[in-house]
Amino acid sequence: MNQAVKEPNSYLDAPHGVASWLLTKDHKRIALLYLISITVFFVIGALFAASIRVELLTPEGDLFSADLYNKVFTLHGVVMIFFFLIPSIPATLGNFLVPIMCGAKDLAFPRINLLSWYLYLIGATLTLAAVALGGVDTGWTFYTPYSSMASNTNVTIAALGVFIAGFSSILTGFNFIVTIHRMRAPGLTWFRMPLFLWANYATSLVMILGTPVVAITILLVGAERALGFAIFDPRMGGDPVLFQHLFWFYSHPAVYIMILPGMGVISELVAAVSRKQIFGYSFVAYSSLAIAIIGFLVWGHHMFVSSQSIYAGLVFSIITMIVAVPSAVKTFNWTATLYKGSITWDSPTYWVIGFMGLFLIGGLTGLFLGSMGLDVHLHDTYFVVAHFHYIMVGGGVMAFLGGIHFWWPKMTGRMYPEVAGKISAVLVFVGFNLTFFPQFVLGYLGMPRRYHAYPEEFQILNVLSTSGAAVLGTGYLLILFYLVASLFKPRNAPANPWGATGLEWEIPSPPITLNFETDPIVTEDAYNYAGRARKAGEK
Amino acid sequence: MQSTFPLFPQAASSIASDVDLLYFFILAVSSFFAVLVSALVVYFALRYRRTHADEVGHDIHGSIALELLWTVIPFILAMVMFFWGADLYFRIARPPADAMEIFVVGKQWMWKVQHPEGVREINELHVPVGRPVRITLGSEDVLHDYYIPAFRVKMDAVPGKLTTMWFTATKTGSYHIFCAEYCGTQHSGMVGQVIVMEPNDYEAWLAGGRSTGTAVENGEKLFTQLACITCHKTDSSGRGPILTGVFGSTVDLQDGRQVVADENYLRESIMNPQAKVVRNYQPIMPTFQGTVSEENLLQLIAYIKTLKVAAPATAPAAAAPRGGQ
Ligand code: HEM
Ligand SMILES: [Cu+2]
Repeated sequence: MNQAVKEPNSYLDAPHGVASWLLTKDHKRIALLYLISITVFFVIGALFAASIRVELLTPEGDLFSADLYNKVFTLHGVVMIFFFLIPSIPATLGNFLVPIMCGAKDLAFPRINLLSWYLYLIGATLTLAAVALGGVDTGWTFYTPYSSMASNTNVTIAALGVFIAGFSSILTGFNFIVTIHRMRAPGLTWFRMPLFLWANYATSLVMILGTPVVAITILLVGAERALGFAIFDPRMGGDPVLFQHLFWFYSHPAVYIMILPGMGVISELVAAVSRKQIFGYSFVAYSSLAIAIIGFLVWGHHMFVSSQSIYAGLVFSIITMIVAVPSAVKTFNWTATLYKGSITWDSPTYWVIGFMGLFLIGGLTGLFLGSMGLDVHLHDTYFVVAHFHYIMVGGGVMAFLGGIHFWWPKMTGRMYPEVAGKISAVLVFVGFNLTFFPQFVLGYLGMPRRYHAYPEEFQILNVLSTSGAAVLGTGYLLILFYLVASLFKPRNAPANPWGATGLEWEIPSPPITLNFETDPIVTEDAYNYAGRARKAGEK
Repeated sequence: MQSTFPLFPQAASSIASDVDLLYFFILAVSSFFAVLVSALVVYFALRYRRTHADEVGHDIHGSIALELLWTVIPFILAMVMFFWGADLYFRIARPPADAMEIFVVGKQWMWKVQHPEGVREINELHVPVGRPVRITLGSEDVLHDYYIPAFRVKMDAVPGKLTTMWFTATKTGSYHIFCAEYCGTQHSGMVGQVIVMEPNDYEAWLAGGRSTGTAVENGEKLFTQLACITCHKTDSSGRGPILTGVFGSTVDLQDGRQVVADENYLRESIMNPQAKVVRNYQPIMPTFQGTVSEENLLQLIAYIKTLKVAAPATAPAAAAPRGGQ
């Protein structure tokens, strides 16, 4: 295939103009639109996070008022979860790669894909409007009856924003499922699919099955606030715990919406950096489905001390422990893939190793929380905060950034400075651990989450955490800087800079609008490095 | 008191060291796997580093034996953690029958405490060392959570129902109480101290406190004041069911269901009487929602619980609402 030459008819070049972007039906352009939007929201969310960390430098609540602090952590959670992490990998890398990996020219429904971005924007704008009007203070979990009856902040608007954004992820999921079912190239059987497709398929299932439930729940909160419907408010005969059931029925699976695509990215990267078939391919593929399905049955593990029946708690606990197993299986398979690989030390490798370290800790600390007797102590403390940040930021965001570093040349046609890619991975890894590891200790000591002021003896650990956040923030800023800077340089990326397999590496960087000059036919398994080398040797 | 830079919490209840033991077990297992996998990843990445540009990895596809191994071993370990944790949880959730009972009501943003002898306090909780204490927990507004890290216990205070937690303090001293469920502006100010005292000090403290009547006495007064007594008489001439012996008994409802009359049943029958109407009675009881505060409610329940059938038949088993149905 053609190398490194500037393709005049790449998707980035033709057609020109703002309208050609804002009305585009090209999945690759939509991926970039999403990438820009989620980056904006990541920066906003990170500013809120920085504010939280600075406030917590001292035990007294001195920087912000209590109300302002409550709004800051609420908005941090809402923005990061609904407007950054949930769309992060599926809507950017997924949008870009799912059709290409299928060997298709676009997603099944390009217009719906564009619609999903606009829905996302409308939802996001509403949430920003809620901020501008004075904020929301319910926590990202919107627990009733506080959210429905007590809070006098802009809950309805923010909730409406989340509600609308939910439809954008339903549409994305729907589009992926149809595309993967109907549009795979000849020869691309299910078990030849790259694992990134499997992961997005599983994620899409969760998106379309789970999101409607949270959407309805949010509507019910709105109905109770605005119209006085008695659903969650006990004074009118409602049940506040019912909300928690409905909320976690979606939001636990939603945590898998946030991590499964990351697992898919890591599978691609592990194979590419070690130039080797993924060890136990079918186990890795099926474990995604297992996680997606079993993940719907564990929501009650957020409610061990909520007054839910203790027998229900038992069931949720045992299933929680079971769902940990497929995650462990994936980790072992990735590790085994490295065995006797040919391992490069290019920057994607740094992200892979960083992911493995952090995801391990995140997953293992889930076991502490799934074990009921221990969760009584740990629930709603900083231990939980540390746990889910290890998974969602240590796992999810590391994988996202790893994927961005891996596919950046394909998406933009540019290479970034390798050294910078490595330094930022190390900064992020070190900064992350320094920020969140002390929070495990704080949590076991008993520091509750969502505290504006705290007892003095917790200060040293909090100061450590804040200093880690500074390192972490520097790492993220560095990435933003060199990736944006690379856009101002001439295109220099070859079609296949990593020497990787996969349909996306057989087309130019950046690809043409229709992806493929001639429709591809697939004749081999994914990651067939050894097979290709054998063939090359025979020649 | 706490040191200024603790890394591990004090353990001051009978259950605390059991919780810590499980914690250390899971910590040991997790550390083992974290170190094992990280070491392998780094070792492989260094040992098999690419030596020339065209090199590819070995042609290895997988191994069923290994897959089984690393499915079964984590599964077994996870099950050990499950059973251990579940056993511990049941011990934490079920108060012993002989526990003394203290009422705690959360409201934005304070904890109101009522001792059985009638002494009240706010944000502090005095308890004797060595005696099981059962806390019956209510909320006047939104969700709260009564959390005592040194005892390793917490429980949500849920508006609209009563929940229970219990502990036996094992060391005198004072320990943090935190509200652990976000509840609005002063959530982080909804904190206090448990003060664990020698039993005689506790008695002395109680004697020195201003008692406004025991919970039962107050409940009895309310029962008259609120005119409950006009319908709930001690003989069958009343328009409402006889309440003597009702606590812990099985009640037949209008719709054919049967329920055990625990504290949450009594609570609901006062606040939302139409929800469960007793067989052969009319749904005429008014709701006391808004008239009866959460604390009054606890007093009424305390009183109703003392209405036992004269001839001491079999004592009703302590029906402990951890919540749920
Ligand atoms: C290895 C398997 C995992 C287990 C056994 C596990 C277990 C748990 C448990 C029991 C809780 C509730 C703790 C509490 O509130 O007291 C929890 C909280 C949480 N977990 Fe996990 N978890 C696992 C993996 C994950 C993954 C993969 C994610 C996300 C990508 C995740 C994200 C979260 C979040 C967001 C929360 C807290 C949400 C909140 O309260 O705001 N966990 N986890
Ligand atoms: Cu969960």
